[in-house]
Amino acid sequence: MSTLVKNSIRFILFILIQVFVLDSIHLHKLATPYLYLLFIIWLPFRMNRSWQLLIAFIFGFTLDAFRHSFGFHTAACVLMAYIRPYFINLLIPQQGIDSNYEEPSIKSMGGFTPYFIFISALTIIHHSWLFLLEAWQVGNSWYFLAKTFLSTAISLLLIIITELLFTRKQKFKTNTI
Amino acid sequence: MRNIFLFIRRYSTFLLFILLQLFSIYLIVTYNKYHQSVFSNTANQYTGKINTQYNKIENYFNLKRTNDSLVKVNERLYNTLKQDFQLPDTASKIVVDSIRVDSLLKFRRYNYLQATVVANSVSNQNNYIAIGRGKNQQLKVGMGVIDASNGVVGIVSEVSDDFSVLISLLHKKDSRISSKLFKGGEIGTVTWNGNQPNILQLTGIPKSAKVAKGDSVVTSGYSTYFPKGIMVGIVTEVTSEKSTNNFAINIKSTADFYNLQYVYVIDNLQKAAINDLLNKAEKKSQ
Repeated sequence: MSTLVKNSIRFILFILIQVFVLDSIHLHKLATPYLYLLFIIWLPFRMNRSWQLLIAFIFGFTLDAFRHSFGFHTAACVLMAYIRPYFINLLIPQQGIDSNYEEPSIKSMGGFTPYFIFISALTIIHHSWLFLLEAWQVGNSWYFLAKTFLSTAISLLLIIITELLFTRKQKFKTNTI
Repeated sequence: MRNIFLFIRRYSTFLLFILLQLFSIYLIVTYNKYHQSVFSNTANQYTGKINTQYNKIENYFNLKRTNDSLVKVNERLYNTLKQDFQLPDTASKIVVDSIRVDSLLKFRRYNYLQATVVANSVSNQNNYIAIGRGKNQQLKVGMGVIDASNGVVGIVSEVSDDFSVLISLLHKKDSRISSKLFKGGEIGTVTWNGNQPNILQLTGIPKSAKVAKGDSVVTSGYSTYFPKGIMVGIVTEVTSEKSTNNFAINIKSTADFYNLQYVYVIDNLQKAAINDLLNKAEKKSQ
């Protein structure tokens, strides 16, 4: 399957799952899991950075259209897509591995720990920016912190379950034939 | 000049990032109560269609609960029927011979229109509800909405051809409902602080008022959105604010926002007339 088709299918699936399944979950009237950001985490390594930003923008905008509150998820998605390459550079084990694999996964990032740090950092950044914009003020910081950390924990749990359930076959690409 | 182009070329990603962020924040700031943004009309039409498809499936799981609530509404309506009351036969009756069938028609102030909820959320700070009835089905911006248990749900904020979006009571930024205590009649405003769904805040009730846990809070009838006396909620907690002369009151909403299937939109037929008068009075005083 080509990268374009694969990512288009993911786009639609993640939006539908987030809007119709996960948004109706509201644990302890506080935390909502967000799985849709996995779409941005799974974008290919070797994609133009400007394109990454634009795709994240369209993705967030689609989700906002369903929630009738424009701007919140768009801002969080764009921030996440902007910061993602820095973390990849920081956590990738050796030079050139990003050209051997197509997209971030446990295998291509060289083990569970770096991948886990990668997804948790991005999730925390996404959630805190989203909730900060929603609260629109810094007051009541305990509520904000509790909401961010609970939501991050549940989202991470869901992301890891998804990773374990749907193993993505990653081919090792090499240019030495 | 060359340096400027070099700068833009070098930092193009960063500049694009800043641009997109600013655009998102611009959207957040400008998308408020009565702002009809260019794309939201089209977007509502599309998301509304997808939501309706999903809602068709979801409705089946709630049939029992919907039925129960309809039975309750029927019970309430049966109890208000004229035949339930018997007056002693002392009143004389004047018979007016006229062609008009419904003689009260020209005095009608509110008209109720039913609608199905196609999308709803409680988890955000500013929640919106989408309903499957729009401009083509007589809905206008600024109509009040109640649910089957006669509790306030929200106010219509946007209409597209076949769908509309309401500002739910659970909207931190824009939800303000003029309400009063049923017992004492003190007027206050119901808002939501964004913490717990189904727990709303009633502000502006002076400390001279007598408030107790379990008191009813109803709409005041001073706004053009709702008739007088529609339930908003029941008082659950009363604390006195130290800095002001008011109580801080928490109320439990009558409408169950976790489970909305059908709602009724209230069309105020005299709204235009009232607003015209108010505008005239305001112009005169200027």
